[in-house]
Amino acid sequence: MLEVKNLHAKIGEKEILKGIDLVIRDGETHAIMGPNGSGKSTLSAVLVGNPLYEVTEGEAWFNGKNLLEMKPEDRAHEGLFLSFQYPVEIPGVSMTNFMKAAINEKRKYQGLEPMNAAEFLKLQREKRKIVELDSKLANRSVNEGFSGGEKKRNEIFQMAMLEPKLSILDETDSGLDVDAMRIVAEGVNKLQTPETSCIVITHYDRLLEMIRPQFVHVLYKGRIVKTGGPELAKEIQEHGYDWIKEEIGEE
Amino acid sequence: MNSEQQYIELYEQARQMIMDHAPEAMNAVRDEAFEEFRKQGFPSKKVERYKYTDIQKLFEPDYGVNLNRLQIPVDPYKTFRCDVPNLSTSLYFVVNDSFYNDDKPKGHLPEGVVIGSMRNHPELVAKYYSKLAVTSEDAVTALNTMLAQDGMLVYVPKNVKVDRAIQVINILKATPQNAQRVVSDLMVNRRVLIVLEEGAEVKMLFCDHAADDRNFLATQVIEAFVGENASLDLYCLEETHYKNVRVSNVYIDQQANSRVNHNVITLHNGTTRNKLDLTFSGEGAECGCYGCVIADKQQHVDNNTLITHKVPHCTSNELYKYVLDNKATGAFAGRVLVKHGAQKTASQMTNQNLTATKEARMYTQPMLEIYADDVKCAHGSTVGQLNDAALFYMRQRGISLEEAKLLLQNAFINEVIDHMQLTPLRDRLHYLVEKRFRGELNKCDGCKLCK
Repeated sequence: MLEVKNLHAKIGEKEILKGIDLVIRDGETHAIMGPNGSGKSTLSAVLVGNPLYEVTEGEAWFNGKNLLEMKPEDRAHEGLFLSFQYPVEIPGVSMTNFMKAAINEKRKYQGLEPMNAAEFLKLQREKRKIVELDSKLANRSVNEGFSGGEKKRNEIFQMAMLEPKLSILDETDSGLDVDAMRIVAEGVNKLQTPETSCIVITHYDRLLEMIRPQFVHVLYKGRIVKTGGPELAKEIQEHGYDWIKEEIGEE
Repeated sequence: MNSEQQYIELYEQARQMIMDHAPEAMNAVRDEAFEEFRKQGFPSKKVERYKYTDIQKLFEPDYGVNLNRLQIPVDPYKTFRCDVPNLSTSLYFVVNDSFYNDDKPKGHLPEGVVIGSMRNHPELVAKYYSKLAVTSEDAVTALNTMLAQDGMLVYVPKNVKVDRAIQVINILKATPQNAQRVVSDLMVNRRVLIVLEEGAEVKMLFCDHAADDRNFLATQVIEAFVGENASLDLYCLEETHYKNVRVSNVYIDQQANSRVNHNVITLHNGTTRNKLDLTFSGEGAECGCYGCVIADKQQHVDNNTLITHKVPHCTSNELYKYVLDNKATGAFAGRVLVKHGAQKTASQMTNQNLTATKEARMYTQPMLEIYADDVKCAHGSTVGQLNDAALFYMRQRGISLEEAKLLLQNAFINEVIDHMQLTPLRDRLHYLVEKRFRGELNKCDGCKLCK
């Protein structure tokens, strides 16, 4: 699915990623944890091609294609999806038009005809149920006036619509109440297939108890410093990061 | 610069000819307008309300003026395919500056409603003509009044509501069909007089088009008297080409409890200057003045508004939005004047602009001048670029950069268009705006200029 080798990236003059190595196979779910400012969001931003960041070294291969050479929209067409930590409000562009444009551009990329209106509405209705999203939101502008929980559920709704191969959830659990987190986690689980993979970036073990990753990585100062199974998330939940910092020889 | 000289000489030489081909009521104010024009000359850029458009330069070329009222044989129904079809409107044409009389059946108009040439209604014209458009205050208005030989009159009697929108197509055409000789560039001087008696209602849509590939200079003066409790919707849509110059002065007077919705849309043009002077003369009146501009290449659009609150309890709303690409220039100068004693005035003026390139220029100047102490007035203006975060968010969902820009620009402009009361026109404009942004707008059939 994804192979990242020795990835370095900077924003402005500040180097944030200092050599990331990561392999994700089909059907796997990986969690990435780490203290604030360690580079978790930067890693997701670089993978989806945010122009604010500059890759200075390394490679990233996505299903055999060189990810770093592709435009952000083509990465999306190839099946890469990011659930944003802070979904952007787009006044004046309705959720429906936005989704229709996204789906039809992907179909164009795949050489398919645009989806007709009836089909689209049906699909939208089905997928909305997965995250229990109010149908009224479809007529509103993208994320405008959505509550924090609605924004995050709306991200998962878009993920359901676009059926990506690899989804990156960037702190999708932050700001969610217990019920909303359950809805989001169940939504993500429903969308999981043996052919799709997922990267979950989070600070908390709670989401991971519901999504159940096979691998947990700890990102610190721009490098993956420790990798383990789900039990690693529990240890971090209980003891914090200090013991890991000690392990790698830091205060 | 002495660009006024040629017009002064023209009038001195051709005064009689102009008068011979014009109705008496228009001639009555002509000499006075000429004197005012001669006194003022064209405004330089040092004149406050003209600082963003070089009027002297625009009037410098030698345009032909059709003083003899030679018929330019044209069948507007054939020449012109309207971009706003299926609109259930009563359709009228103004070819250059003459009201086009035809025998085509018109939609039924309620009794007493007049829509036609000023020639046919001397009493009404004598009573209202040139009363709002004061020639001593604006040289272009003076010039228009001194040269205009025909015009359109819209009269709606007391408590009459005209349900069907009135659509007027202004066609600019210099070359007669099957012309043997090359004709010169053309200057036209259009005139419109709208009179709404107490409680009257009408919706007007003016569409400007250029039907051939010549340089055109069109001056236009619209005067609108909106009586007590009356309601006027006045929409002006311009889709001309880059050889076109439009200088429009609109004057509106509102009596008590009247309502005006004025919307100016510049979809495609050359150089455009729109001035609006709106005065509240009676309490409880309300106006919404909206404008949107989409300009690229070297296009220039200047909107200048003055809203005068003379009396208390009136509400004015202004929203003008521009999207400027390439080397386009835009200007918005709006002034709200709240006179002494005009208490409880509510006024909001907003001008928002997007510049897509570093070469595009926007001048914005919102002004409030308040002499009353119990009012609620606000003004604001912004110039900026499309939101990068939103663009990236859309690209991450697979929407290409071009398409994402288009969606955002559309959303930006639609806020203005959504204020239109005419639903079919609104829907049509959404479509036209999108086509314009895609560069697919077929400006003027038969005109290869802008392709």
